Amino acid sequence: MKNLLSINDLSKDDALEILDTAVELSRLSENTVRKFPTLRGRTVVNLFFEDSTRTRISFEAAAKRLSADVINFSAKGSSLSKGESLKDTALTLQAMGADAVIIRHSASGAAHQLARQEWMKGSVINAGDGTHEHPTQALLDAFTIRRRLRADSGDLTGLSVAIVGDVLHSRVARSNVLLLQKLGAEVILVAPPTLLPVGVDSWGAQVRYSLDDVLPLVDAVMMLRVQRERMEDLFFPTEREYSRNFGLNLERMNRLKNTAIVMHPGPMNRGLEISADSADSHQSVIVEQVANGVSVRMSVLYLLLGGATARDLNLSSAGGM
Amino acid sequence: MSVILNAGEISRALRRISHEILEKNHGSSEVLLLGIPTRGALLSQRIKVLIEEIEKSPVLAGTLDITMYRDDLRMRPPRTLMPTEIPGGGIDEKHVVLVDDVFYSGRTIRAALDAINEVGRPRSVQLAVLIDRGHRELPIRADFVGKNIPTAKDESVRVHLTEIDGVDEVLIEGRTSS
Repeated sequence: MKNLLSINDLSKDDALEILDTAVELSRLSENTVRKFPTLRGRTVVNLFFEDSTRTRISFEAAAKRLSADVINFSAKGSSLSKGESLKDTALTLQAMGADAVIIRHSASGAAHQLARQEWMKGSVINAGDGTHEHPTQALLDAFTIRRRLRADSGDLTGLSVAIVGDVLHSRVARSNVLLLQKLGAEVILVAPPTLLPVGVDSWGAQVRYSLDDVLPLVDAVMMLRVQRERMEDLFFPTEREYSRNFGLNLERMNRLKNTAIVMHPGPMNRGLEISADSADSHQSVIVEQVANGVSVRMSVLYLLLGGATARDLNLSSAGGM
Repeated sequence: MSVILNAGEISRALRRISHEILEKNHGSSEVLLLGIPTRGALLSQRIKVLIEEIEKSPVLAGTLDITMYRDDLRMRPPRTLMPTEIPGGGIDEKHVVLVDDVFYSGRTIRAALDAINEVGRPRSVQLAVLIDRGHRELPIRADFVGKNIPTAKDESVRVHLTEIDGVDEVLIEGRTSS
């Protein structure tokens, strides 16, 4: 595995290997080992064209716990805001010796573009591209579900997961549908018709329009953030109406199974898609998702950079001359 | 391919090692066994049972995965991590006995010493191995050895244990003279 661009690049075994490795890393991290020498001398670049605090610091924490050097490259106040092309940025990062580039971009396909062109030799990790994919978020969600409901082992066969809300603008939803189904779970999408993408029928997930009907059926419910910044048109009449029909609140939580968990990829619009008391309830695993994110990203970085990489092979052949 | 230790010989070697560990450490109260996965962890478990039989009191034991500390990570594809389980009280002030199946270059043990350093500060670290096949590349020695076996570098030593392989035996492969 050289890059992590899409959940589609992963076989079921690859995905399980990432989760199993993350399990060991999270156990070690609890067990007094806070830092590993494994990626000493590797350089990881956070290349963020879009604002993101939690994903960037999660990757940064993961890379630092593995002793990698981290360079943060954000669009604001850099050459990127002066109109430098992705190609020139990539050539710059290659010249600086980046072993991996973690890219967040508002354009769907940006990570693929960076990986497919031969501009740089390092690994590319997609940290969210437009409304397309966010594979590490899906992996940490699957990890959280598996930890809570499957005691950290095996796949997710027999579990049912509802993904609720702004599916149209959500890369988290797409990556999760792909991954959860790959791991054997059943996925139910719940959203107003205006917030479902064209061609959603081909995703293989059930589509339902009533949250109240779906809640008693599922083992996990994942509330999506209403992405107001991506909404140029009006997708629902008022926020109050959206919240009444598709928001999670304590009254709705009573419909859930006792064992069901409540998830949210963050950042939350408290009071819109999720009420404050349901976000803070004992069935909520939202804070665990953040902690698990660091373990899962450590696992991805270890599996991409921990062994021999294409760059090592080039360096050693050059050294042999 | 020839058998150099059979099940009975393995069992007797482990029993002797167990007694030697007790003798050196004046009992088992401060001893903490750490097996290196996969087969070192199984051997460590067997030594734990033997010492508990002899001493009639429980012995601390755990496992230590050294993958993240290897010095040859960049020469091969990434390896799967194995479980590390440190007993609740930690390793500080304990006599840690590392247990591995085959002692060869010494690089695994160097990595294990680095890993131990991250976990805590034991009073001492000792090494127990079932087979010492020589060819050290680092200045590291074992305290407790099941059997010393002179080997050539092109030979390989395989330890089979019933828990994984269905049989207890140690084999040597690739020796051309026999």
